[in-house]
Amino acid sequence: MELKLESVALTLDGGHRAIQEVSLTLARGERLAIIGSSGAGKTSLLRLISTGLRPSLGALRIEGRDPWLLSRRSLRALRGRIGAIYQAPPLPPRQRVVTAVLAGRLGRWPLWKSYASLAYPADIPGARAALGRVDLAERLFDRCDRLSGGQLQRVGVARVFYQQPELILADEPVSALDPQLADRVVGELNRESTTRGVTLVASLHAVDLALRWFPRVVGLREGVVTFDLPPVRITDAMLTELYASESPMPPTQDNRPLELPSAHLAPVAGANQPLCR
Amino acid sequence: MTAWLSLLAFVLISGASFWYLGIGFGDLLAAESRGKMLDYAVGFFPPDTSAAFIARTLQGSLETLAISAIGTLLAAFMGLFLAVPAAGRLGLPARAAARLLLNFLRSIPELVWAMLMVLAAGLGPFAGTLALALHTAGVLGRLFAETLENTPPEPTLALRNSGSPTALAFLYGTLPGVMPQLTSYTLYRWENNIRMAAVLGLVGAGGLGMMLYMSLSLFKQGEAATVIVAMLVLVAIVDALSAWLRQWLGRSGS
Amino acid sequence: MPVALSPSRDPAAFPRLAFALAAILLLWPGLELTEFDPATLIDKRSREVMGKFLGTFFPPELSQDFLKLVFKSTLETLAIATAGTFLAIVLAFPLSLVVSRSLSISRIGPRTGHWIGDFIRLPARWLLIVLRSIPEIVWALLLVRAVGLGPAAGVFAIAISYSGMLGKVYFEIYEAGDTRPARALMGAGSGRLAAFSYGIFPMALPELVSYSVYRWECAVRASVVMGFVGAGGLGTQLELSMRMLNGGEVSTILLMFFLLVLLADGVSALLRRALA
Repeated sequence: MELKLESVALTLDGGHRAIQEVSLTLARGERLAIIGSSGAGKTSLLRLISTGLRPSLGALRIEGRDPWLLSRRSLRALRGRIGAIYQAPPLPPRQRVVTAVLAGRLGRWPLWKSYASLAYPADIPGARAALGRVDLAERLFDRCDRLSGGQLQRVGVARVFYQQPELILADEPVSALDPQLADRVVGELNRESTTRGVTLVASLHAVDLALRWFPRVVGLREGVVTFDLPPVRITDAMLTELYASESPMPPTQDNRPLELPSAHLAPVAGANQPLCR
Repeated sequence: MTAWLSLLAFVLISGASFWYLGIGFGDLLAAESRGKMLDYAVGFFPPDTSAAFIARTLQGSLETLAISAIGTLLAAFMGLFLAVPAAGRLGLPARAAARLLLNFLRSIPELVWAMLMVLAAGLGPFAGTLALALHTAGVLGRLFAETLENTPPEPTLALRNSGSPTALAFLYGTLPGVMPQLTSYTLYRWENNIRMAAVLGLVGAGGLGMMLYMSLSLFKQGEAATVIVAMLVLVAIVDALSAWLRQWLGRSGS
Repeated sequence: MPVALSPSRDPAAFPRLAFALAAILLLWPGLELTEFDPATLIDKRSREVMGKFLGTFFPPELSQDFLKLVFKSTLETLAIATAGTFLAIVLAFPLSLVVSRSLSISRIGPRTGHWIGDFIRLPARWLLIVLRSIPEIVWALLLVRAVGLGPAAGVFAIAISYSGMLGKVYFEIYEAGDTRPARALMGAGSGRLAAFSYGIFPMALPELVSYSVYRWECAVRASVVMGFVGAGGLGTQLELSMRMLNGGEVSTILLMFFLLVLLADGVSALLRRALA
């Protein structure tokens, strides 16, 4: 699913301008990581792309069309092909994991199947497979309120895997996981993208994960893109500037100092160019 | 100070009330009417314990129990159906309309509903069931709407954002969270409804109430006494059952 | 490290099925007993009756004579509620004193005369329970046959059943408050009534009045409903109009009922806020 942001701006209820001006183009199957400090606008940007929020200025184009001009039915169909992973998984506490995962296909299933699944889960093997990819298959029939924060995050990821969307928008999907597991999940997301041609946009707090897995990294600061580069072209200076308001060193999943890919390369003229659109 | 003033005002207004009603205490306490009242009261003891009548009372009790249970169950479904718009989840005009309907349903007392339902559905327990269902739908609908308003909408919104139809998003996203509270309210309301169900029969809506009315009309106070005892026992049983169910559900969780 | 496999079939399937079966087993006789038959709502006869009734619902009957009648009935209902609540308080007060343990002299000091007190308290408690367990409309029905149709039956029905409710809440209020002043007074030799009047009553009064006002508000509603069985007031009027299928009169009376309940609600809320 190709998508394009054309000079998009977003003002939230309450007047805060979450996104000043962002223009971005993604081809089908492309993988993009967004990094930036808290409050930079990462979550708002993802919600905007998922058609959860409407841009105040500019336009969003998914597959060449503005989703906000579609009919209700077409918009619903489109949304069924977009999968969103939330930092705080929106899962009802008393629901069982299997039902939560299967809910990913509510947009695609025929009505009778969706209703029937409430009484007896309609696709246990499918749910199990999705959970297996995030190492959680054994908790299939547990209630969500018996899971830790990290496990809940993984259920949210499993739901999107089960949904099999054409665009995945992941908002800090591994913030509550330990470094090994986080790496594994981010790897799975990337694998999903490369094997099935799914466009992937992930906002990550841990810069090391972004640099390790994604061929394209966008830095977001106060609602504006400060750089849009492959990891080898990203310098220390760029990252320090990005996270200046938050911490002296860029954050990592395991809290160890960041190793830049660019540090391993011989200095190349122009390697420290800022802003490349 | 306020307390003493209102007390005084109340005594005065009560006096005025008695005067307005013109209740002939003198006549009532006169020997003749005292005698009649005593005769009437004595007729209640002993209660009729013949096997045939006990059987009929049992049948009437089961009928009353059924009226209260089915009526409350029906009300829970209707209430939930109206609570979703009343909680504002389908927009503001729907909210206003749903709230209006709920207020209308619960403002009319059960007995008035019973009389209306007797017109619509004829004498008998069905009228009572409908009357209870309609009134209780208003009560439960309001309680359910308040519960829904206090429930996070994120799970449902997330599902709708991934293409789910609205009703299913609600069933998968919100309902699991609110089920315990809704069930608790419904069971609590059942305790009230068993008392109501017993009494609705007085206007022809079936159950023990209808039996009581007929027994008194035929001046068979002994039968009436048995029916009243049955009412009390039934209420005690349902109270206990409801409390036990609420405790059991509270502990285990579905 | 091997991890326990989750079951291949839904473990909740069997309990759910069992629950569903139990529900059907209970539902079926329930529907039978209630003669559940939605078809009767739309059959010809009931459509005729309902149609005739609802057809006359609008406009409400607003003729002068009828309005005067409704107004009189409303006043009567208010009077029944007030007089009934008054009598209920008069009956509940001594009962609550008898039942209350805070005035038990035998609980002060080392004497063992407990059981005598209980001998009086327990029957009194049972009396309160019986009085309030029987619905007030049943009392109304019984009294209508004893003292005849009219407001007297309503007044006494409220008096009897509400004395049970008021008595229970009154003594709960006594016991919830600080009972030490009263016990100190009794320990110093004062009589029970004096101990109550000085030790408990002043503190408890606002709460007592507050609950009584709430009960009065309930009494207004109950008085209307008792009218259906002949105990006077707005309810009797409503029953008459309904039996004659006069929708216009019924809608007027219902409107009046709503206004009445609103009024009582308002007065009650005002007073209780002033007392809090």
